[in-house]
Amino acid sequence: MLRLEPRQQASSTMRWLTPILAVAITMVMGGFLFAAMGKDPFEAIKIIFLDPFFHETFGPYSRSQLMVKAGPLILIATGLSIGFRAGVWNIGAEGQFVMGAIAGGAVGLALYPAEGIWVLPLMTIAGALGGMAWAMIPAFLKIKFNTNEILVSLMLVYVAYNFLAAMVTGPLKSPDGFGFPESRSFTSVDSTHLPMIYEPLGMHAGVMVALALVIAAYVMMERHLLGFQIRLTGESPRAAKFAGVNPAIIVAVTLGISGALAGMAGLFEVTGPAGKLTTNFPVGYGFTAIIVAFLGRLNPIGIVLAGLLMALTYIGGELAQLSLGIPAAAISVFQGMMLFFLLAVDVFVNYRLVWKKEVK
Amino acid sequence: MKFTTTLAAAAALALGLGGSAIAQTKAGFIYVGPVGDLGWSYEHDQGRQAVVEAFGDAVETTYVESVPEGADAERVMTQMALGGADIIFTTSFGYMDPTLNVAAKFPNVKFEHATGYKRADNVSTYSARFYEGRHVIGLIAGRMTESNTVGYIASFPIPEVVRGINAAYLAAKSVNPDVQFKVVWVYTWFDPGKEADAANALIEQGADVIMQHTDSPAAMTIAEEKGIFAFGQASDMMQFGPTARLSSIIDNWGPYYVERVKAVMDGTWASVDTWDGIAPGMVEIGEFSDRIPADVQAEAQAASDAIAAGTLHPFTGPINKQDGSVWLAAGETADDGTLAGMNFYVEGVEGELPN
Amino acid sequence: MDFSALNPVSLMVSLIIAATPILLAAVGELVVEKSGVLNLGVEGMMIIGAIAGFAISVETGNPWIGMLAAMFAGAILALIFGFMTQFLMSNQVATGLALTLFGLGMAALLGQSYTGMKPPSTPHLNIPVLSDLPVVGSILFSHDPMIYMSIALVTGVWYFLNRTRGGLVLRAVGENHDAAHSLGYNVVLIRMGAIAFGGACAGLGGAYLSLVRVPQWTEGMTAGAGWIALAIVVFASWKPWRLILGAYLFGGVTILQLNLQALGIGISAAYLSMTPYLITIIVMVIISADRRRASMNAPASLGRIFHASH
Repeated sequence: MLRLEPRQQASSTMRWLTPILAVAITMVMGGFLFAAMGKDPFEAIKIIFLDPFFHETFGPYSRSQLMVKAGPLILIATGLSIGFRAGVWNIGAEGQFVMGAIAGGAVGLALYPAEGIWVLPLMTIAGALGGMAWAMIPAFLKIKFNTNEILVSLMLVYVAYNFLAAMVTGPLKSPDGFGFPESRSFTSVDSTHLPMIYEPLGMHAGVMVALALVIAAYVMMERHLLGFQIRLTGESPRAAKFAGVNPAIIVAVTLGISGALAGMAGLFEVTGPAGKLTTNFPVGYGFTAIIVAFLGRLNPIGIVLAGLLMALTYIGGELAQLSLGIPAAAISVFQGMMLFFLLAVDVFVNYRLVWKKEVK
Repeated sequence: MKFTTTLAAAAALALGLGGSAIAQTKAGFIYVGPVGDLGWSYEHDQGRQAVVEAFGDAVETTYVESVPEGADAERVMTQMALGGADIIFTTSFGYMDPTLNVAAKFPNVKFEHATGYKRADNVSTYSARFYEGRHVIGLIAGRMTESNTVGYIASFPIPEVVRGINAAYLAAKSVNPDVQFKVVWVYTWFDPGKEADAANALIEQGADVIMQHTDSPAAMTIAEEKGIFAFGQASDMMQFGPTARLSSIIDNWGPYYVERVKAVMDGTWASVDTWDGIAPGMVEIGEFSDRIPADVQAEAQAASDAIAAGTLHPFTGPINKQDGSVWLAAGETADDGTLAGMNFYVEGVEGELPN
Repeated sequence: MDFSALNPVSLMVSLIIAATPILLAAVGELVVEKSGVLNLGVEGMMIIGAIAGFAISVETGNPWIGMLAAMFAGAILALIFGFMTQFLMSNQVATGLALTLFGLGMAALLGQSYTGMKPPSTPHLNIPVLSDLPVVGSILFSHDPMIYMSIALVTGVWYFLNRTRGGLVLRAVGENHDAAHSLGYNVVLIRMGAIAFGGACAGLGGAYLSLVRVPQWTEGMTAGAGWIALAIVVFASWKPWRLILGAYLFGGVTILQLNLQALGIGISAAYLSMTPYLITIIVMVIISADRRRASMNAPASLGRIFHASH
């Protein structure tokens, strides 16, 4: 019978081959899905995967949007991956994203209409601090009372959503907005508008910061003592204790970092693509980033690629809705399938399929 | 390219070849929810289908559903414009800034933004005077309640919603001085479970007529189950409460969409601000239930007709604000500016407006 | 403000109805987690149950067949997760999240032709005399049968986990899968069973939502209930009885805040809406601070990948 046997060593060929294989399987199975719905499968797959890059009219613009969409996912996932490697389960990045945006946005609104290049950096710091502060609540409760961080961080997402609603219908509501629940626009004032560095690739300042932080995270995890302690804590908490690692510090540091990065991502979102604080600006990046972190195997380069792949299916999915009238629900089924295949074929990195006679 | 399209369209129409494939006008629609929400997005899609029905092959419509407001909306609109759309309907308030941004980049594409207040040479705005409908159902509610308590499920404290509460309350009060409104804010447009809970809470507090300003038909099903009255919101919702439903406020975007697409075809499109109510049919009052006594039906119909004829304004003084200060003197009617930004309760509404 | 307008009896009835979908999903997830598997796809399984239960009830005219179908559909979806995590050893957190995405989309696709329909109604229990008793009658004896089912299910799960050999084995697998394996238990098979059970419960919870609590089908109608169910399992420190406490507490605060609003209390609705989450956190902190050992109740192998390597 067929069975899986562990490899002596993780296969480096499989490491890059499996994602390609998974995408190929997704194309085939997705094709069946679209065919079952009466759509041209080849056309649909081409639109989702290729048109965002190569289509004559859509390509140039879609290419520039890939990083805009992937940026926050990558930034949040990078922060989360650090915690996940330490075995700290922050699944409330969505809440930290929102609180960062509120904190940073509030600073910008308080300074309105100040001009100066120092405004945006100040807001970014406030955003990071806001996200970090929100993440420190589960960290503190875990350290002090041993309260499970999954529960606390998740519950705080909903608290943050309600807090956002209270803010944009209250203190942060735009005085010129006819009472609608939204803040002043950050993009209409130069000092609070996230600058676009390289338009054709959608590289706004937030994306640049995200990529820089990906590198910083990589260096920290692989080359720095703290990174070693974090990994050790995740792999063997007992060994970490023997090595003198203080678990409380690891919890605080990893939650703090992931909260800060999520908060920063929130700030970049409202000062750039979203443009203002509204009840609807959070679109679930904080949750999607968890998938991105794992698809990227908790590794910085992997996370960048996974973030881009997710962004591609969003953008390609919209194009497919637009040109073929495929319903949004079918696109999310398709995305779910792709994630399944990506996760499933990963098994071949560490295992191989062998044929063995049944031994009884 | 746009020029040739219009030219071809004009030529085709002139020659009576409306169905010719080369003359297609492309209309794009962006919805904030799924078309299956049976509320807001559903009715906009009904409007799109009216366009298809009216022009057949002369028009090609595309839509993207469940598009979050903000950055995603801007991208979808841009893709639509790149895809050769001649007119794009952006059907949620939160699409306002994205619409303006994209419109600036595509001066030849016409944009129609629902419920916003920012316009440009190629951006029109349109909205419906739902408060006119609220007046009519408010009258019915005031007459039909036996406990003198009307429950109101509200989404977010924004002018649109506040206006609806005030209009319904004033109308109910005018026919039933003892009526009381209980308002529950659920802070969501769509969460059937929570809307159902809110309906239960209101019934618990003695409400025997429920109004809602949220999108799902959950409250209607609860009303049916509990044997009280309710009104359809956005769509008719008859199927959810065959006995509970008294009437409904239906958003009817079809006529407007047909008119605007026609204007693009004819080359007569211009940027306008439309705020239509019962008269042009943008706000429709659903059929009255048999359970409403004939005299009340007649009264409600008369109010609806008077609003349509322009002889009745739902906000006609004397009206005080909740704090007792004078808002409108006797005989004075509210101006559109105040209505558009309404952020206060009128006198008599209980509770505090979240702020 | 007149607090006497708050009727504790009917508040109880409302909170039980609001809490039941969460409770059903949570009791299933508890068993899954006790076996050492973390399935974050509860939301996806619930919504699949919601549409399956709704569609089948409409087609057959029988809500009970619908409920069975919902359990079946939830279990099928769960088995996808099970196959991936148990046989292909994929990461459980990511697979669970993917399952949610897949389930939400799938349910919306399947449900396209069912929006706007009315399901057959689910009968309520009506025991002569008992149901008519004041107070006790409405709180205890006048619900729909599913509510009693949910309590029975919690009892059954408690009994199974703590009083039966099967439960002992399941817990052993969750505590230390390698040891359980060397004792000759089929870890993968036991976990697959637990996962399927969890899916069936989540599906049933979803069906309760679409058939009883709201009675209708609308896309995305679970609106986060699955996540709350996951949180309730943690809240309960993996103890079945505490699930009831957690779910009813959460449902209770939700109902109470809506009622307080209807009463016209002078606290901003946005802040009131936060209370169910905040109170859950606070109670959790008290539980974990008070009885440190109790909070260490998490199955030791939770979320870890098992491969029989002999």
